[in-house]
Amino acid sequence: MSVDKDTVRRIAKLARIALEEERVAPMERELNGILAWVEQLQEVNVEGVAPMTSVVAQKLKMRDDVVTDGNIADAVTANAPMREDNFFVVPKVVE
Amino acid sequence: MSQHASKTIKGETGDWEIVIGMEVHAQVLSKAKLFSGASTEFGAEPNSHVSFVDAAMPGMLPVINRFCVEQAVKTGLGLKAKINNRSVFDRKNYFYPDLPQGYQISQFKDPIVGEGEILLDMKDGETIRVGMEPLHLGQDAGTSLHDQHPDYSFVDLNRSGTALMEIVSKPHMRSSEEAAAFLKKLRAIVRYLGTCDGNMDEGSMRADVNVSVCKAGGYEKFRETGSFKHLGTRCEIKNVNSMRFVQMAVEYEARRQVEIIEGGGTIKQETRLYDSKQNETRSMRSKEEAHDYRYFPDPDLLPLELEQAWVDRIKASLPELPDEKKARFIKDFGISAYDAGVLVGEKELADFYEEMARGVDAKAAANWLNNEVLGRLNRDGLGITQSPVSAAANNAIIRMMGDNTISGKLAKDLLDIVWSEGGDPVQIVEQRGMKQVTDTSAIEKAVDAVIAANPDKVEEIKAKPKLAGWFVGQVMKQTGGKANPAAVNAVLKARLNLPGEG
Repeated sequence: MSVDKDTVRRIAKLARIALEEERVAPMERELNGILAWVEQLQEVNVEGVAPMTSVVAQKLKMRDDVVTDGNIADAVTANAPMREDNFFVVPKVVE
Repeated sequence: MSQHASKTIKGETGDWEIVIGMEVHAQVLSKAKLFSGASTEFGAEPNSHVSFVDAAMPGMLPVINRFCVEQAVKTGLGLKAKINNRSVFDRKNYFYPDLPQGYQISQFKDPIVGEGEILLDMKDGETIRVGMEPLHLGQDAGTSLHDQHPDYSFVDLNRSGTALMEIVSKPHMRSSEEAAAFLKKLRAIVRYLGTCDGNMDEGSMRADVNVSVCKAGGYEKFRETGSFKHLGTRCEIKNVNSMRFVQMAVEYEARRQVEIIEGGGTIKQETRLYDSKQNETRSMRSKEEAHDYRYFPDPDLLPLELEQAWVDRIKASLPELPDEKKARFIKDFGISAYDAGVLVGEKELADFYEEMARGVDAKAAANWLNNEVLGRLNRDGLGITQSPVSAAANNAIIRMMGDNTISGKLAKDLLDIVWSEGGDPVQIVEQRGMKQVTDTSAIEKAVDAVIAANPDKVEEIKAKPKLAGWFVGQVMKQTGGKANPAAVNAVLKARLNLPGEG
């Protein structure tokens, strides 16, 4: 598996990362390097091993349905570039 | 609304079939959010029910709310679906200001609930089986207000992180009426279960409707083969927020598609917005690459593993659901499938009916509820839980009607009195002398008085036995409506020498 320049531009756009045109070719090389390395892993025989997304042999911790947080609107919005009445204020995004 | 919404549209080039699938987002009824301890309560001050987790502050980690998982399992069981004892949370990536994480934690490949089904009870007694796709448990987004400022949108994250069930049907509905019935039934099921409040006004239940049209016969082929190539291209209509709007949006959208195809055009797969004021659907500016969500397993969360014993305990605790209640009402109360379907449509209504029908003629109770109580509630714009006359009081009225203490006519008057003044129906009947007169001598006296006062009518009835009804009316008037109609008929028959039946 490898990516081409168009895919690199698309991934950058989807991730909202500004990628200057002269950075596209180096990025393509870097990503393909990573993909080639990951591809090597395909050589490992994993027959009989269940797919896993975590190597931690632990169960997912659960909490009870109790309200223990909130009422910190000031703190939550403290770093917002713009706020009003505890709302975050952002450039208009209406469709 | 007795008219059936048609399953086909007559076009210039022949008949077209409508095919509908629904996607419903139902907020889980819980105190706290899915992955944080902030409150889920609706209508709070902006950003007051937000923790650092919900605001996606760096370094914050999600911890799952056990009760939300239980609610999703319950809902799955209510949809007769298999529960997957191992499920995985994935990140669905997209950017929007009311999604601070830049992704929604949801499920994709390994959801918590497998395929299920919902039965629709249609007006003509037909039952329609709608297949359900696997149910996903995930997070809701925040809300954006666009009308507060000309240049800015205002973002409130109170809803952000509330647990959400994504409940999707297969394209198994064929008319706007079935689509509305689906939403109604799903809402009833989650409300019976107590897993979602079903409040469409507050947005705790939101529906998107997928509509396509195909040439007559296409749907059958789709069901036989499972191949979507027999169906038309679908459009997704967003946020249709009432049963009525679902119906109107489907009708409009199907017609629009037929007109385009017959005009030589093709349907573009797109997202459209229903405008209830104009009654039309409009294309939403299609976001390029909007559907590339790049799902991947959320590294912050381990797989969700359930113990079978826990799932079994939840299953054992399920309440009686609408379908089971309907079957029981038909069997135990002997009422029609249609009546039973209407009664179980709302849990509160079914409960009201059951209390009302206790120890009295259950069919009479169903008719009384449908015709008298619901009619008056409708007139006054009230719900069943706001009924001014309790189920017990209605039970008392029906009981008195059943044992002939009061006539059917006076029972309605009595209901009106209790409706506006309150009080105990039995006492009111005593105090106001509303008891039916079955004493023959009193009725004979009234009949004789009417006969004596109307010799011309007595002459007339010899040729026209149908005039008996007029005499009954007069006698009722004399007795203030309290005479037992059967007794009046018997006395009249004897006095006027009327034929045996008629």
